[in-house]
Amino acid sequence: MRIAGKGLIDRARPVGFRFDGHRYEGFAGDTLASALLANGIRVMGRSFKYHRPRGVLSAGSEEPNALVTTGLGPAQEPNVRATTLELHEGLMARSQNRWPSLGWDALAVNDLFAPFLGAGFYYKTFMWPRRFWERVYEPVIRRAAGLGALSGEAVTQKYERAWAHCDLLVIGAGPAGLMAARTAAEAGADVILVDEDTVCGGRLNAERLEVDGRPGAEWAAAMAADLAARPNVRIMTRTTVTGAYDGGVYGALERLAHDVAMRPGAPLECFWRINARAAVLAAGALERPVAFANNDRPGVMTAGAVRAYLNRWRVAPGRNVAVFGNTDDAHRTAADLVAAGVHVSALIDARPHARCDLDVPFYAGAQVCNAQGRHGLEAISIARASGIEKVQADCLAMSGGWNPTLHLTCHMNGRPAWNPDIAAFVPRDGAIPGMVTAGACRGDFSTRACLEGGARAAAQALETLGLKAPEADIPKAEDSAYDIAPLWAVPGKGRAWLDFQNDVTVKDVKQAAVENFRSVEHMKRYTTQGMATDQGKNSNVAALAVLADATGRGIPETGTTTFRPPYSPVAIAAMGAGAQGKGFAPERFTTSHAASVARGAPMIEAGLWYRPSYFPKPGETHWRQSCDREVGYVRGAVGIADVSTLGKIDIQGRDAGAFLDYVYTNTFSTLKVGRVRYGLMLREDGFVMDDGTCARLGEEHYLMTTTTAAAGQVMRHLEFVHQCLAPKMDVRFISVTEQWAQFAVAGPKSRALLDDLLDAPVGDMPFMGCGEVTVGGVAARLFRISFSGEHAYELAVPARYGDALFRELAARAEGLGGGPYGMEALNVLRIEKGFITHAEIHGRVTADDIGMGRMISAKKDCIGKTMAARPGLSEPGREQLVGLKPVGAVKELTAGAHLFEQDAQAVSANDLGYLTSVGFSPTFGRFLGLGFLRDGRERHGEVLRAVDHLRQTETLVEVQDPVQFDADGGRTRD
Amino acid sequence: MRITCPICGPRDRREFYYQGAAVAIERPAPDAGAEVWDDYLHNRDNPAGETRDLWYHESGCAAWIVVTRDTNTHEVMGAELADDAKAERP
Amino acid sequence: MIELTARTPFDGLLPIEAGALRLSEAAPARMTSLAPYRGRDKALSEALKAAHGMAFPAPNRATGREGARAVWFGQRMALLIGPEPDAGLTEFAALTDQSDAWAVARLEGEGAAEALARLAPLDLREGAFKRGHTARTELGHMHASLTRISGESWRIMVFRAFARTLAHEMREAMQSVAARAGV
Repeated sequence: MRIAGKGLIDRARPVGFRFDGHRYEGFAGDTLASALLANGIRVMGRSFKYHRPRGVLSAGSEEPNALVTTGLGPAQEPNVRATTLELHEGLMARSQNRWPSLGWDALAVNDLFAPFLGAGFYYKTFMWPRRFWERVYEPVIRRAAGLGALSGEAVTQKYERAWAHCDLLVIGAGPAGLMAARTAAEAGADVILVDEDTVCGGRLNAERLEVDGRPGAEWAAAMAADLAARPNVRIMTRTTVTGAYDGGVYGALERLAHDVAMRPGAPLECFWRINARAAVLAAGALERPVAFANNDRPGVMTAGAVRAYLNRWRVAPGRNVAVFGNTDDAHRTAADLVAAGVHVSALIDARPHARCDLDVPFYAGAQVCNAQGRHGLEAISIARASGIEKVQADCLAMSGGWNPTLHLTCHMNGRPAWNPDIAAFVPRDGAIPGMVTAGACRGDFSTRACLEGGARAAAQALETLGLKAPEADIPKAEDSAYDIAPLWAVPGKGRAWLDFQNDVTVKDVKQAAVENFRSVEHMKRYTTQGMATDQGKNSNVAALAVLADATGRGIPETGTTTFRPPYSPVAIAAMGAGAQGKGFAPERFTTSHAASVARGAPMIEAGLWYRPSYFPKPGETHWRQSCDREVGYVRGAVGIADVSTLGKIDIQGRDAGAFLDYVYTNTFSTLKVGRVRYGLMLREDGFVMDDGTCARLGEEHYLMTTTTAAAGQVMRHLEFVHQCLAPKMDVRFISVTEQWAQFAVAGPKSRALLDDLLDAPVGDMPFMGCGEVTVGGVAARLFRISFSGEHAYELAVPARYGDALFRELAARAEGLGGGPYGMEALNVLRIEKGFITHAEIHGRVTADDIGMGRMISAKKDCIGKTMAARPGLSEPGREQLVGLKPVGAVKELTAGAHLFEQDAQAVSANDLGYLTSVGFSPTFGRFLGLGFLRDGRERHGEVLRAVDHLRQTETLVEVQDPVQFDADGGRTRD
Repeated sequence: MRITCPICGPRDRREFYYQGAAVAIERPAPDAGAEVWDDYLHNRDNPAGETRDLWYHESGCAAWIVVTRDTNTHEVMGAELADDAKAERP
Repeated sequence: MIELTARTPFDGLLPIEAGALRLSEAAPARMTSLAPYRGRDKALSEALKAAHGMAFPAPNRATGREGARAVWFGQRMALLIGPEPDAGLTEFAALTDQSDAWAVARLEGEGAAEALARLAPLDLREGAFKRGHTARTELGHMHASLTRISGESWRIMVFRAFARTLAHEMREAMQSVAARAGV
């Protein structure tokens, strides 16, 4: 129920929202949890396994119980913590893991079967029959046990990623973080201050503490305002640092405020990668629940949460509240309740020596041992030396002490150390290079210690950056000692919860120990303690304390499980932001793209490039018809293809020729100016890397082409060879792939087309010649090269003219009975000629395999030459390139089919080779293929089985020379 | 992970292409023999501790660099141009 | 003689505006890569100064002024943007025409660096990346060249074929920044 007072809510701005269909009202500044509590709603969820009604436990991102689902369809978001979900007008939240309703959940029957559902019950119960696991048990268990569900639809909202850089990253904007940020800001450092809350202040917003003589929240707001006004400080609220990574890189998830996220073009969340030269971790601490029977009743919550609801949101979580703890926090909580006018029915302090100066029923050296009230707390049982006493309470504020939030210090293998004085783990210094810890996250719990620690940590971090911190002025603040009597689990009958989210009880952990899952990592996996969205934030230390007790070891010997990123859940959409949809890979478009699409060409991906598959004509119903027609253009008239995607590398310098001799197997230093040569490139291990042509444009000027697929790899290779192996060679190169739009003009009428198009006739440019020409007054390059086996050219113009030239070429070709052709036709043409692509030079192929062994010059060294000379790379028995044609009843060939003797079984032991490329050749009126066959060059004329196990097809093929069309090359040269 | 390129300065790992052990810059003579070539191409140490790798600043300055780092701590101790790294060797 | 119509890389794609940000095409008349030959770095710089009035830029820097700049473009490489290169430079360096190879855009307006921070893993803070600083980097998976022309004005270059992707990625980033700013 809402109580009077200011808090951090805006009573002038009521906010309407729905929970499970019912309409409620809260205020701006509320979370869903505070608004529900204000409306008297105590049950906010059902537990994971037993479907027990659960209320809110905490007031922060560690919340294990109050998880809800928001949004519909693609926007559906499960497991949103009600404690951090900012209330906004129109919010619709739904409870989870219940059917048909939160109030009456059919699967609550699980609670009655609890004796059979203890630790490891899945492993024990669903063993047999084995095949039932996937089909029956798992789906049923998953439905019965669990959290919220995704919609199954692809996300449509925008998630983004961004980078940020700073000198000092301060994680947490409580008293320690604020002091650290201000100290660093005054020293002139670039500071990023991050906090997962909507406002700075941390615990100061939840307590009635004073700093510098003013209310803590006010002091924090003033500090934040001061920092925000400085140009060298960036404050990022609603942002959780989720991971610490190598080299000062931190991951952080920012949730935009609802009103900002709803603006057009705004993202819902942003995943930041923050590069920080140094960092201060001031992440605070998390309060520990105490395990006692039925401590999961709605209305039982941490004492710090009760104070937060009271002081920040002005909500009393009950009318009659009991307080139970083992530190002075219990007294602080009772005092806050009294101050807020809430009745305190009991203050139970586990410390026998405790004194109480409040006018409330006080129980020193006592413990709460049970709680009653299934759908909401009604009473608690207090165990004291004199016996058990029952006290009415509709809310219990419990505190087992605090655990420093040291998770990030463990992300790079750091292990925390046990500090018996505060009965908690504390981070070790230097666990993350460049990170210093400050305040409660290192075990300094008083406000004054946090303020001091923040300033000190910043000074320490600044020193490593070579900056001098000014003397910090530490404000006056509470500086009480932390006096704790460790208390993990109250003895007694009944189930006492350790991990609320995964329904793990003290008994489960003890059972794990009995069954010899004594290692904390094994116990975790056996009981599922510490999994799911809260990752054991509320339960880890208590669970391992119980395990330590059960195994007769101390807590430090038992150790902790490993904290890994992310600190709190991150949506996959946020992690993958910038890499989904179009962001997955950039699209690379040729200059002829628009014209190709306008002609109806389906575009296919070739690496990042998009190339036309074929150019359909009216009346064609199958791509093969288009492809056959386009092959005919090239064989009979003239075809036009955009070949700009091939890599083009401009190579210049005194040693250009020598460099090419070193990277190619054959010789280029002897190539005449104005001529082009085919070149083969090996990897250093002797296998083929790439092939292509290389033109000599001038004495010290070459133009290398690579395949489209290997353009990047070849460029990298050239740089490697130059920088790492031959740095003394005077040669420079740069990619000109994008500078030139280049088109193949291929076919018997290609010369006629060009004679008419170019500003001057082609003249008698020989096969494998090249030269400069002009077209429409534009300086262009002409190469007489052919990938089709026809008389052909490639014409290159500066890319700005590519679109115009392609349209012109295509139109002129059509006028001559030809036209543009796509990748399908290009592929058929080259298969007919036995020309290879990366389907053949796939990384396991040697020069000898493809019949180019003699291209490795004997007169010089080159990359790959030494290894190519190993006997194994050319010995008999290797698979060699062959041509194949179908001769059986089945006329179709498939790439990927394997070759066998006709009488052999089609099993791998009898495998003789495989098909790499196939296509229907309209020229021959049948399918043609290329492939590799053991000793293939000696087997021309033989007939073999080609079996495709994947497609379940088989045919007979005749082995022949790879060059199946115009074997003597007359058409190319004429 | 961040790598300080000797030319460009500290940069995000994603700008770099990873090649493998820096041994690759020590190409043997063609007649060095099968064993030497085998070592050069195929045999690699897998140290727990300091290691030297070859990276290529592909979306940066296109320099090949030798990065010294610790496989235990992931600390990047330094980077130098492959050319310089080679020159230092006897 | 036929007439070939020239098209710029961002033809039909730019300008884009979002809030205070504007991305427009800034195709220079001429771009030429200058890669000095062995031992000719200094001679090239002097020849460049004599011919075009700017020195060969140090790594991550641009020299010259509006209309005639030399932008560092990689290891021992610069891009001469604007003028037709002086023929005398070929004695000292490999010159390669890159006029059509790059899509060049200009991003202007408050929050420009914030928009770029959505795409580039680069430290773009004013103090770290000043006016006249340049970098070869990655921009939304594309190799890019980024130069701060002045306070909130940047030159962005990617391969010509990526023009459409750059426009798309920048639009997303710009809209996001504009939305956060509330404009």
